[in-house]
Amino acid sequence: MTTVTWLLAFVFFAPVIWLVMTAFKPESAAASNPPVFFFVPTFEQFEAVLSNGAGAYFLNSLIATGVSTILVVLLAVPAAYAVSIRPVKKTSDVLFFFISTKMLPVVAVIMPIYVIAGQLKVLDNIGTLVILYTAMNLPIAVWMMRSFFQEVPAEVLEAASMDGAGLIKTLRTILIPMVTPGLAATALICVIFAWNEFFFALNLTAANASTVPVFLVSQMTSEGLFLAKLSAASVLASLPVVIAGWVAQKQLVRGLSMGAVK
Amino acid sequence: MSKAEGWRRRGPLLPALIFTIVITQLPFLVTIWYSLRNWNLLRPDGNQFTGLQNYVDIFMDSTFRSSALNSIVITLGCVFFAMILGIIFALLLDRKFRGQGVVRTMLITPFLIMPVAGATLWSISMLNPSFGLVNWAISLVGIPPVDWTASHPIISILMALVWQWTPFTMLLVLAGLQSQPKDVLEAAQIDGASWTKTFVWVTLPQLRRYIELGVLLGTIYVVNTFDQIYLMTAGGPGTASANLPFYIYQRAFLGFDIGQAAAMGVVVVIATIIIATFALRLIFRSFDAKD
Repeated sequence: MTTVTWLLAFVFFAPVIWLVMTAFKPESAAASNPPVFFFVPTFEQFEAVLSNGAGAYFLNSLIATGVSTILVVLLAVPAAYAVSIRPVKKTSDVLFFFISTKMLPVVAVIMPIYVIAGQLKVLDNIGTLVILYTAMNLPIAVWMMRSFFQEVPAEVLEAASMDGAGLIKTLRTILIPMVTPGLAATALICVIFAWNEFFFALNLTAANASTVPVFLVSQMTSEGLFLAKLSAASVLASLPVVIAGWVAQKQLVRGLSMGAVK
Repeated sequence: MSKAEGWRRRGPLLPALIFTIVITQLPFLVTIWYSLRNWNLLRPDGNQFTGLQNYVDIFMDSTFRSSALNSIVITLGCVFFAMILGIIFALLLDRKFRGQGVVRTMLITPFLIMPVAGATLWSISMLNPSFGLVNWAISLVGIPPVDWTASHPIISILMALVWQWTPFTMLLVLAGLQSQPKDVLEAAQIDGASWTKTFVWVTLPQLRRYIELGVLLGTIYVVNTFDQIYLMTAGGPGTASANLPFYIYQRAFLGFDIGQAAAMGVVVVIATIIIATFALRLIFRSFDAKD
């Protein structure tokens, strides 16, 4: 069984190995038939990508991902608190509404957003992406935080309320410390989806606010196909999220199962 | 409950709720408005009110129908195969063995790879007819080379999508397996139940919530698939592999047919809401049963 598991994992992981191998190849070895498995690794492609102005795109992605994730957390934590610990009327309607916005196909809203952003003169503006990524991740974050809050024993909150602690104080001193792993999981999921987002970035940015996925595509179409260089760019583009996901595997599992794991 | 108390409870919810309504619902209302207009940026005389004409045109449009069918095939195909593979991987991982952590790390990586990078990796490095790794691998067992993205565009897209989404379902099912009370499994073993019987009658029912959640969330994300289609086949050959998001994008940003694209968007939203309502009721039922 263990051998089968390793074998399956290796086959499933093979495209990743191949991507990384190609990134270290000279261009002539990258697109060859039959495939080259043994070669002298070179950093040439990474240097080419980095000297090709990748930095600005990474900075844009960093801002769009970082700021939107912070905004999501700031909005989602109080909202999740309201729908879990102190339920407002029609809690499940509110939750239903949040998740239903995730079902709204993004193509159905892209044209008005494009036209409105054009009129507000915020096309090709990183702030526009920040707002859209916040809206994109907020519903899932509310759902996730709600399920983490529900694991907090009610007595703890009653005690806080007896002591006369207000919302901010209760959140800051009692709730947040208790759900830190859940908060980390929520933030990680938001980071993954924001960092990887392509559709809005493709349609709403041009020269100034383009993010890493758009940079990757420009590598493919600009001056013919350079497979090794494209692979190096792909590795660099994926690396931050891959490392974050590897480090925080436990949080990722909890996050994806919406805190359902006890 | 006093009025002040009600607002105190509702207050923390409002910023998120108002933000979501403004950013997601207002543009959709504008989409509905656009959908009632004959507005093509390439025609200077355009932009008049035409009522439901755009909707009538959609139902005459055979590409819209084939894109809708592709959307269904791609979404169901991806979620189904990713779930089956996810369950297999999760069962294999849910045992103690040497290198368990490494194997898990390997298996979750495709989910973390940027989809744009994953799509180019599959379309070029893996599926290229002359130097792709897949054709090299099948040549080892004597199968002649296949021009994957040109002759089997949907299968090619499904390969990339299933690869990317399997870790997601695997992690969910794994979470379900790990929350399984061990005494029930031991009891089944003592009763002499076979592995298959234990799996079907004990494990699967306990995994139900996790599988449902995986199907729901997977569907939400996969139905919006754009990156893989844009990069691997550009909807082609012709429009053979276009799904609805890609076709609407084409009508809007390449055909500049705002009215038509908006109407398609509205139709997709209505269809999605109908399907989602059923799916969510199901999920809510199984969540409430536990809470």
